[in-house]
Amino acid sequence: MDQIILQLLNGLDKGSAYALIALGLTLIFGTLGVVNFAHGALFMIGSFCAVTLQKILKISQISIDETKVDFLGNALKVKTPYVEIWFGEATGQMIIDWSVPLAIIFSIPIMLFIGWAMERGLIKHFYNRPHADQILVTFGLAIVMQEIIKQFFGANPIPTPAPDFFKGSFDFGQFIGFEVNKIIYPYWRIIYFIFSAIIISGVFSFLRFTTFGMVVRAGMVDRETVGLLGINIDKRFTIMFGVAASVAGLAGVMYAPINSPNFHMGMDFLVLSFVVVVVGGMGSLPGAVLAGFMLGILESFASMNEIKSILPGIDQIIIYLVAIIILLTRPRGLMGKKGVMED
Amino acid sequence: MLGLNKKDSKFLIIVILLTLSTPFVMQPFSEASALSQFNGGYPDLMQRVAIFGIFAIGFNILFGLTGYLSFGHAAFLGVGSYSAVWMFKLLSMNIIPGIVLAVIMSGIFALLIGYVSLRRSGIYFSILTLAFAQMSYNLAYSVLTPITNGETGLQVRPSDVRLLDGANAPDYPNLFGWTMSTSYKWEVWGHLFTFNVGFYVCAFIAICAFYLSLRIFRSPFGLMLRAVKSNQNRMSYTGLNPRPYTLAAFVISGMYAGLAGGLLASMDPLAGAERMQWTVGGEVVVMTILGGAGTLLGPVLGAGAIKYLENIFSKINENILHGWFDFLPEGMENFFVWLFARFTGDGWHLTLGLLFMMVVIFLPGGLMEGADRIRKRFGRKSDDNSPSNPAE
Amino acid sequence: MGILEVQNVNKSFGGLKALQNVNLSVEEGTIHAIIGPNGAGKSTLLNCFVGKLMPDTGSVLFNGQSLLGKKPYDINQMGVSRVFQTPEIFGDLTVLENVLIPCFAKRDGTFRMHAIETVEDEVDIREKAEKMLIDVDMADNMQMTASSLSRGDKRRLEMAMCLSQDPQLLLLDEPTAGMARADTNNTIGLLARIQERRHITMAIIEHDMHVVFSLAQKISVLAQGTVIVEDLPENIKGHPKVKEAYLGEAAE
Repeated sequence: MDQIILQLLNGLDKGSAYALIALGLTLIFGTLGVVNFAHGALFMIGSFCAVTLQKILKISQISIDETKVDFLGNALKVKTPYVEIWFGEATGQMIIDWSVPLAIIFSIPIMLFIGWAMERGLIKHFYNRPHADQILVTFGLAIVMQEIIKQFFGANPIPTPAPDFFKGSFDFGQFIGFEVNKIIYPYWRIIYFIFSAIIISGVFSFLRFTTFGMVVRAGMVDRETVGLLGINIDKRFTIMFGVAASVAGLAGVMYAPINSPNFHMGMDFLVLSFVVVVVGGMGSLPGAVLAGFMLGILESFASMNEIKSILPGIDQIIIYLVAIIILLTRPRGLMGKKGVMED
Repeated sequence: MLGLNKKDSKFLIIVILLTLSTPFVMQPFSEASALSQFNGGYPDLMQRVAIFGIFAIGFNILFGLTGYLSFGHAAFLGVGSYSAVWMFKLLSMNIIPGIVLAVIMSGIFALLIGYVSLRRSGIYFSILTLAFAQMSYNLAYSVLTPITNGETGLQVRPSDVRLLDGANAPDYPNLFGWTMSTSYKWEVWGHLFTFNVGFYVCAFIAICAFYLSLRIFRSPFGLMLRAVKSNQNRMSYTGLNPRPYTLAAFVISGMYAGLAGGLLASMDPLAGAERMQWTVGGEVVVMTILGGAGTLLGPVLGAGAIKYLENIFSKINENILHGWFDFLPEGMENFFVWLFARFTGDGWHLTLGLLFMMVVIFLPGGLMEGADRIRKRFGRKSDDNSPSNPAE
Repeated sequence: MGILEVQNVNKSFGGLKALQNVNLSVEEGTIHAIIGPNGAGKSTLLNCFVGKLMPDTGSVLFNGQSLLGKKPYDINQMGVSRVFQTPEIFGDLTVLENVLIPCFAKRDGTFRMHAIETVEDEVDIREKAEKMLIDVDMADNMQMTASSLSRGDKRRLEMAMCLSQDPQLLLLDEPTAGMARADTNNTIGLLARIQERRHITMAIIEHDMHVVFSLAQKISVLAQGTVIVEDLPENIKGHPKVKEAYLGEAAE
C-alpha cells in the first residue's frame, strides 16, 4: 500500500511536466493547426533560463585578499557575487539561493518573446502547408535550438539546485498514518505539482472566463467563421503561441532542480509529450492534462520492482505501449473531438 | 535494357558510372594542396554514403511515393545490424548470410510494425512509428540485453562459433575471402585514390537497390503508391484497397533499411542500440527531403551531401579556421574564427538543422527541385521532366 | 427485378431519421434520377449504396447480391462506380495516369503487387485509357497534371475514370452542381451519349430539373427521408405530392 502511494506521488511530478508541455502543444495545435516539434525545445529553453539566471546572479567581483594565501603561496582570490555587494551578504545569498523561483519572472518575457518570434517569423508561413512540412520545419528548428544551447552551455547537465528552504523531504506516510520514513517525498516535487496545478487552472480559466479566451476557443472550433466575424484572429493566435511557449518554459524552469538541464532534454520530453497529446486527443486541453498525469503515474507504477519482476522491461515501454493501444482502439484519443485531425 | 526504356537506361548507366567512379569524384584535390581537407574519397566515408544512400532510397519508396512520414525507420536499421552481427557470430564472417538475415528480419519487423501503424494515417502514423522506434530502442538497452549486449553493443569475438567458417577463414567480415577493409591505393599526379573492397560491395548493392526502386517507380505498383498519396478516397471508390499497397511499401522500405543496417555491420562488425534512436530515423528524413522526396536520385544525393558535409564540417577545427582567416587583422580574425567555429566541428548539427530548415522553407522539393529551377532559369526547356515522368 | 433493389432502408443519426422505409428499384439500362428538396436524404441514400454508410435496417441488392457491410473497393469491383459532387480525382497525377489507375483496378482487383512490368509496357491498358480520354474529348490534356484542370474538366475526367471501368451501375452525385449553363448542357450531352453508346445504368442525384428532365427515364422523389413518388418523368411534373414537397420547402 505504501509503495503504491509512493509511486502515485512519484508519478505526479513527471505527470505534471508531461501535462504542461502537452497542454501547450495541444493549444498550438488546436488554435493554429500546427504540429510543433519544437515544443520540447521550448521546455528545454525554460530550464536554461533558470540556469542562466543562476549564472548571472553568481557573476562575481574578484578581489585579492592579501591577508590569506592559497596552498601555492599566492595571494588568495576571493569571489564576491555582485548581488552580495549590492544588497549585503545575507540578502545576496538569499537571492542566489532563490534563483530558480526568481527565474519564473525572468523567463516569462523571454518565453513570450521567443514564442512571438517563432510564430511571426516561421510558423505563420506554414499554416497552409501540409502537416508533414510543419513537422519537418519545426523538427529542424528544434535541432537548431538545442545545438545553440549546447554551444553556450556545453553538453553536460548543469545542476541547478532549488532553494535550501525546499531541500529535504516531507514524510507523507507519517502524515496519513503510516510508519515514519515509509513514504517520503521531496518538498520541491510537491511545489512542482502545486505549481503545475496553478498554471493549468490559470490557462483553463483564462480560456473560459475571458473574452480573449472565448474567441480563441471559438477559433479552435471554426477558425474561418471567427475570422469572418471581423475579429483579428491572427493576432490572438500569436499571443496564444506566446502563452503556450511560456507554459512550456515555466514547466522547464521549475523542472530544473528535479532534472539537471541538458541540451537534449527537450527532445526526450518531446517524444513523450507528443504521445501524451495523442493519447489525450489532439486539440483537447482536458485530454492533454488527463493523459499527462495518467501516463506519468503509469510510468512510475511500471518501474516498481514487483511489476518489473513479472514483466521485465515494462517500465521502459509502458507509455508507448499504452499510446499504441489507445491509438488503435480510440483513434481520437481519450477526449479528442470529432473532426479534429481525422484521416 | 533490363526492362527499362531508353531514357531510364541512360539514366541508370549514368548512375552506375557515377557510383563506380566515386573514389575519383570525391577526391578532386591533390594531396599536397590546401584544399585536400575537402577530399572525401576515403573508404569509411564512401561506404557510409552508399549505405545511407540505400537507406534513403528505401525510405523514399514509403515517404516519397505514399506520403506516409515514418520517424521509426531507425528501428529497422538497428534490427538489420543486430541480425548481421549474429550471423557473423554464429555462421560465418562471410557477409552474405548476415545481409540476407538482416533483410529478412527487418522485413518481418516492418510487417508487424507497419500492420499496426498503418491503421492510422497522417500525424498519428508518424507518432505511432516514433513510439515503436523508441520502444525498440528502450528494449534493446534493457530487457533484450542478452541479444543486443546492451550499452556495450554487440561485437564479434574470437571465441564465436562461426559454424561455416574453416580454420583459415578471415577474422573480419569478407566476401568469399576478400575482407571489407582491404584497400588498394593508387597515387597519380599527386592525387591519392583509394579503392576499397567494402565500398565496392556497398556500391554494387546500392546500384541494385537503385535499379529496384527505379522499377518500382515505373511500375503499376508505383503508380498505385502515388495514388495513395494523392487521394485515398478516390482510390477506394476505384476498387483499390489502399492499405495493402501502403503496407507493401512500408515493408519494402523497412527491408531497405535492414539492408543498410546489415551493410553497416558488415563494414564494421558492431551493432549498438544508438542506431535505433529516433534521431537516426530523423536523419534519413532529412536526407530524403534535402535531396528531394519522391524523386529517384534525390535521396541518394541527399545522403551523399549530408554524409560528406558531416565529415568535412566535423573535421574543421579552430586551428584550420585560423589558417583560413590569418590574412585578416587579429580582432576580425578572432571574430570570424569564433563565428565559423559555431558551425563547424561539434557545431555540425547546428549547420544541419539550419540547412534542413532552409530546405523545407525555401525548397520543399529539395536539391532536385533546385536543379530544376536552375535549368528553367537558363531557359532550357526540359521535356525530360514532363509530368508523366516526375520521378527524376 | 432491377439491377439495384433498395428495400425498406432505414437510417438514423442520433434521433434524426434520415431515411425511412426507402424503396427503390433501378432498371437495367436506364437513367434513374433521385430528386428531392434539401435535406431529403439523397446523399445519405447514395452513401448507403457505396459502402460508406451502413443502413440500420433494410437491404440493398445489386444484381441480387447484398451491398451491405461491404467496403467501397469491393462494391466498386462488383461493378458500381461513383462520381462525386466535388470531383474526386488524383490531383498530383497526370490526366492519363488518372485513367490508367481504374483500368488497372478493373483488371487486377483490389490489390496486386504489380512491380515487374513498367506502366509503359502495359500497352493494352494504355490504349484503353487513351481511347477513353479521346471519348470524352480530353486527348489534348493527357499529360497535364490533373489538379490544374478546370472544374468542368475535372468532372469530365472523373467520369472518364468511372467509365473506363465499364461499370454496370454508375452513381452520379449532382454531376452539374455549380456549373454554368453551357457546361451543364455539355454534361447532359455527354451523359446522353454514354447512355446511348454503352447502355450503362445510371442513378443520378440532381437538383437541376433541367438536367433531370433531359435525361431521366424514371424519377424517384425523396422527401423527409422517404420516397413519396416513383414514376415516369411526364407524370412527375404535375404530381401534387411533389409540388407539396417542394412548396413546403419553399414556404419554410
